[in-house]
Amino acid sequence: MGKELNLKLKVWRQDNTDDSGRFEEYDAKGIDTDMSFLEMLDVVNEGLNEDGKEPIAFDSDCREGICGSCSMVINGVPHGGQQGTTACQLHMRHFSDGMTITIEPWRASAFPVQRDLVVDRTAFDRIQQAGGFVSVRTGSVPDANATPVPKEDADLAMDAAQCIGCGACVAACKNASAMLFVAAKVSHLSLVPQGQPERERRALAMVQKMDEEGFGSCTVTGSCEAVCPKQISLDFIARMNREYGCALIKKGTV
Amino acid sequence: MNLIKGIFNTSLGRKYIMAITGAGLFGFIIAHLLGNLLVFAGPAALNEYAKKLHDLGPLLWVARLGLLAMAGLHIWSALKLTTENREAAGKRHEVKVDPVDRHRRDDIVARFAARTMIFSGLIIAAFAFYHLAHYTWKVPQINGISGEFKGDFETYYVHEVDGDNNQTAFVTPLPQGEGAEGENASDVYRMVVNGFNVSWVVGFYVVAIGLLCVHLSHGLSAMFQSLGMKNKNYGKWIDCGAKAVAILIFLGYISIPVAVLAGFVK
Repeated sequence: MGKELNLKLKVWRQDNTDDSGRFEEYDAKGIDTDMSFLEMLDVVNEGLNEDGKEPIAFDSDCREGICGSCSMVINGVPHGGQQGTTACQLHMRHFSDGMTITIEPWRASAFPVQRDLVVDRTAFDRIQQAGGFVSVRTGSVPDANATPVPKEDADLAMDAAQCIGCGACVAACKNASAMLFVAAKVSHLSLVPQGQPERERRALAMVQKMDEEGFGSCTVTGSCEAVCPKQISLDFIARMNREYGCALIKKGTV
Repeated sequence: MNLIKGIFNTSLGRKYIMAITGAGLFGFIIAHLLGNLLVFAGPAALNEYAKKLHDLGPLLWVARLGLLAMAGLHIWSALKLTTENREAAGKRHEVKVDPVDRHRRDDIVARFAARTMIFSGLIIAAFAFYHLAHYTWKVPQINGISGEFKGDFETYYVHEVDGDNNQTAFVTPLPQGEGAEGENASDVYRMVVNGFNVSWVVGFYVVAIGLLCVHLSHGLSAMFQSLGMKNKNYGKWIDCGAKAVAILIFLGYISIPVAVLAGFVK
């Protein structure tokens, strides 16, 4: 057991998408410093249940930092601001006794709040469906080195593929831009041989879909890169800008 | 046709427009600065240079219309992107950014120059308009100089040839009231000296150039990113280079009114 913390929470409560929402304050007493942020919320929710109140709704799934479900802005920073960490992997030892913690949902027009801290992120799914895949079956596991991929390209593709689609980039961006997410998805497949046949179509379709979904554009502030739990590099945005330009010249339309 | 549509109708395309027109306007800023610095080479050099520019005739108009088109496109896409971004952002987070790792705050919060591009840009545009009215259209009411002849830049002309009575080419002013647009060379040097002897004119100028410096410190590096020509290997150099160039441009432009006010150029 670690030390015990007594905290004050200021949590965004919103009944549904149409509700205007408000902040409500809760006490979080006897929080173990070894707990994760979501476990702390579980404790608070148990208390709320016992008091017959509505528990705080939040998304969570794997609780090991790979599913991208936990979406909350902690003290103004998506995922709380520890480098390369999702909210579920953020431990309470980073907070001090007596502190007030403000918790908000992602805020962006393209991510409508469904309830409390839960937002609708299907806009990301629709961008992915627009071209973030390889449409032909690539068969079973191929022989080693049957399709040579340079090590540098494989590394870069893997860096891009780390994106878990949590949406922190959108929440951190002053323009609510999804550039980092789309850039990771476009770059990932454009770097490997399997992604080549649909390379241009993919860049054009995903960018078009991104605009349709109502995300903003990139001002190159670097906020997205700083909050990304998978530390996706801003370089991928430059790569996508290049991909899109080349695709426009080569193919022109989706 | 698809290429044009793909550029004008998507956010990425409009960022290309921002970057390319921005680069063009930056080219003008450099050329204009180099021309202006001729003021330190004396009246003959500056006035002769101005005359040569004016004698370009149709080419000058091509350059002017090109600049106008670039400025127009730059402002159009800026306004369009800003409106879209505001809509996309909607209601923002209410609390101040306070990450658990405090030192990361500067990485997470967008820098001042990046946050204020639209404002610095629009103020620079407004200043450019004033600057044109001041020195190109020579509107006497806005230059802050009193006196029938001294206050009217339309009357500032110089002799183009050496003559009798100790006349020096491009230095000796024509008697006031003589000389006409298109026939005689303008006395740009005297316009600069008299124009910058008005303190509030210099005040405006310093503010506008300061904002230009802020605007460029972000814009010069962001344009490489928008055109897909930046990465971590040399990105730092681009960022530092952008800031250094912005400061050099600030110092270059500011040196002229400072020299005039200090009496170094008279």
